[in-house]
Formats: sequence, C-alpha cells, structure tokens
Amino acid sequence: MKNLLILGAGTAGTMMANKLFKALDADAWAITVVDKDEDHYYQPGFLFVPFQIYDAERLVRPKRDFIPDGVTFVVAEVEEIEPEANTVRLTDGRALGYDLLIVATGTTPRPEETPGLDGELWYRDAFDFYTFEGACALRDRLATWEGGRLVIFLAESIFKCPIAPLEFAFLADSFFEERGMRDRVEISYVTPLSGAFTKPKATEFLSGLMAEKGITVVPDFYVERVDEERKVLVSYDEREVPFDLLVAVPVNMGADLVEASDMGDADDLNYVPTDKHTLQARDYENVFVIGDATNLPTSKAGSVAHFEAEILTENVLHYIHGEPLDAAFDGHANCFIETGHGKATLIDFNYDTEPLPGKFPLPLLGPMSLLKETRANHMGKLAFEWVYWHLLLTGKPLPVSSHMSMLGKDAGTPEPEAEPA
Amino acid sequence: MQQTIGITTVDVNDEGYLTDPGQWTPELAHQIAQAQGFELTDKHFEVLHYLRDRYAEGTPLTIRRIGKSGLVTIKEFYDLFPGGPLKVSSKIAGIPKPASCV
Repeated sequence: MKNLLILGAGTAGTMMANKLFKALDADAWAITVVDKDEDHYYQPGFLFVPFQIYDAERLVRPKRDFIPDGVTFVVAEVEEIEPEANTVRLTDGRALGYDLLIVATGTTPRPEETPGLDGELWYRDAFDFYTFEGACALRDRLATWEGGRLVIFLAESIFKCPIAPLEFAFLADSFFEERGMRDRVEISYVTPLSGAFTKPKATEFLSGLMAEKGITVVPDFYVERVDEERKVLVSYDEREVPFDLLVAVPVNMGADLVEASDMGDADDLNYVPTDKHTLQARDYENVFVIGDATNLPTSKAGSVAHFEAEILTENVLHYIHGEPLDAAFDGHANCFIETGHGKATLIDFNYDTEPLPGKFPLPLLGPMSLLKETRANHMGKLAFEWVYWHLLLTGKPLPVSSHMSMLGKDAGTPEPEAEPA
Repeated sequence: MQQTIGITTVDVNDEGYLTDPGQWTPELAHQIAQAQGFELTDKHFEVLHYLRDRYAEGTPLTIRRIGKSGLVTIKEFYDLFPGGPLKVSSKIAGIPKPASCV
C-alpha cells in the first residue's frame, strides 16, 4: 500500500482529495489529508460580510463534510516537510511518511510585515477582509462609521485574489450611497501597481469604473509603514496618504512550514517553486504543489486552484504510472468582479492572454459578459456559492474548461503588458 | 523598432525597453540614465548587474526580492532609481519591463 499525503484541506486540497479518491485504486493507495482547522470557509463570501450582504455564519462548514469517506483526515499542524526522507513532521511529534505529496497549504495575510499596521489601530481603525475575523470586525466598524477618508491599500503585488480589493471599493461606494452618506466619504485605492489592475484592457475598463464612482486611484505607492499616531500611510519614497479608516490587503505569505522546510523561493514569501505547466515542485519529483501555495505567475484565486486541480489529477496519475507529465496548466483564471448596485463584471485570462471583452462561457450566448457590468454576472457570482459547496469542492465536473478558450472573445489590437512598480 | 541612444542604435519596444538584452553596454546604461535625469554610480551598477543576472536565470523580479538581495534596502532602491524603481532600473539594465502575475 502506498501513501498519498495532501497538506491542506482548503479549496485546492479538498478538491484533490475528492478527485484522487475517485481516480486511484483504493487497494493500492491510501490517501491522507492534514489540516490544522476543522472549519472550511467560503472565502469569496468574506467580501460581502462587511457590507451585511451575507451573514458570516453561512460561510462556515465542517471540512470533514467534504472529505470523502475512505480518505483519512488528520487535524494537526505540520511542523515541517523532510522531502529527502519523504516524511512530514507534525507539531505534536507524529511523523507521516509519503510516496507522493501534494502541498496545498495556501497563503495568509500577515499584517505584522508592515510596521504600524498590526498595532494600536488593528481592528479599531485598520482592518483586513480576507480573514473571517477581519471581515466581521470591519462589518461592525462600518455599521457605526460616520464617514471620512476610507483608504484601501495593497501592501504587495502578490496576494490572495487580486480582484477583491477592487470589488471592495465598488461595494463600499454602493454601500455608502444606499446609506445616504456617500458625500461624507472619500474613497482612495492605494496600490504598488501602476494602475487599478495589471493587464491593459482590464485596467482601462476598471479605471473607468473607478473614475465613474468617484474613487481615487493612487498608483506606484509601495507602503513602507503605517504612522499610527498621525493615521497616515507612508511609502518608501516618503509620500503620504492620510486616512480615517484603513482597509488593508496585507503582505500575503505561504505557510510557515514552507520556510521551516526550506522549500520557499527567493522572495521570502514562502511560496514553493513549482513548474508552471506540470505543477510538480521544482526540486522534488514526488512533490506536487497546487493553489495559493505555488509561486506560479497567475492569480491566487479559487478558480485557478480549480483549473489546476484538473491538470494535477492527470499529472499525478501520469506520475504514478511512470508516464511523462503531459497535462499542461495554462495559467487559466476566471473571476467575477462585483461592481455594486446589483451588477458585476467578469474576466477570463491565462499566462499569455489578458482579459478580453466577449461572452462566457458560451460564445455569443453567454449568459455572462466579459469586461462589462451586467446583472447576469452578479447573479452568476451569487449562484457560485451553491456551485462551490455542491460541485466544486467535491470534485464534480463543471461546464468550464480548465484551459482558457478564445471562443467568444474579442482580441482586437494586441497591446503591451502593464507592470508593477 | 530601433532607437539611437548616444551613438548606439538598439532595438527597443514602444516604451523604450531594449528587446535584446545582449545589446546592452554600461555606456548605454549611462546614456539611458542621463536621459532620465540622473548619473549612475558604482552602487547603481551593482543593482543593474543583479537585475540582469536574475533576468538571465529566468527569475521573476519584484521590489521585495531586490530588498532581500543584500545589495540595497528597498528604501535605498527608491533613492537610487526614483519613481517606479523596478520599471526605471529595468529600462537602464536593458531587460524587459517586469510583468505582473495578476
């Protein structure tokens, strides 16, 4: 009997447990999943909590409910991987051996990486919304906030879900307008990137929406510290942005166990160097990496983990059968972008092709529209919650190809890539 | 397209980034920097060579990574190449503008 070990039971790890449990011979392979938490969160829903669109409680379900019977679920913290010994050590002293390892340990916000952020102001006038606690704390603060300068800022260019802070800005505009206090709120969006997004067509479209909604974009601003006393963001080149209420996308980092195992990359962000097409770890042939744990040049988002899961399932089977790893991930990402007032837009792109206008998933018919604000897109985003719990996590097929398709897209004139600062 | 910088003609894209890093010379770097309004010191060149080496290895470049290089702190990097330091330094180093992943 051989052992397949999956570290992490988030979106990516849970999908892999389901897919591989179906695909592998139960007499030949034992599958074990390790995670330190019992609870699974529907992370796309965090965005809706601060604006009281969703109750927080609906976002949480037991992880066990989504791990198939027949897969062993271990609730424990991993101390380190010893890839040379094919062993994973847990903090409680246990050791788990493996023949094949899948690292799906995700990424988390680290406010302590920005001086002044994780201090006096934290969860008083400065918040994140990518954690359950942060989204709930921000909801409570927004409920009584009387207005002033709302500043949304990105600490790094690599973070979980690059679209969410834009959505936050749009939803904030909509929220304050509905409360009749939009004229008492200045919204600024402070980013180390050169614009609202990075790819040219999407940036042009999203910048237009920002301007239309009266949201100021402050580009090329790389935050060095938060001056707690003066309530000011200070950049490395000593520019300042004052705020009354700060919504941070802190530096995101992969799991500490990646650093402890000396498996991270040179950015020191604890992401595992991974082959961008096969999803095999660069340095270890029986280790594969998926989702936010990778250092791949695509978005850290659930849709990416979903498309990767299809490819990784094929490649794990190839690896087990001694065949070449010929399933190739193309960097496919697909994101709804809530724009407020009951509308949303949608983007679909990969390593080589930027988000383009068009229809999705069916050419001409949609029903969703790319790079356009529609009610159908918003309904798609809301419907996704059901799809996530019932189809996606349990590894059932969805009517969306893991490879990006050019059908229904309007390529127009090619333009150069935009870039970070 | 081609652009003449000083007495050298090189291939550049429409934003002025060299399309062939092999055409780069230190002299060219001085001239691109002068056009941007500053003079290069030995410290600048240490950073430029670091960027070129990482680019040649295929390593993605970020401001954070340069801050971790041991050559300069992020603050010194901003002082050396004011504005968007990674964009400015990449242009002077004769490598493509760093693409972002999102």
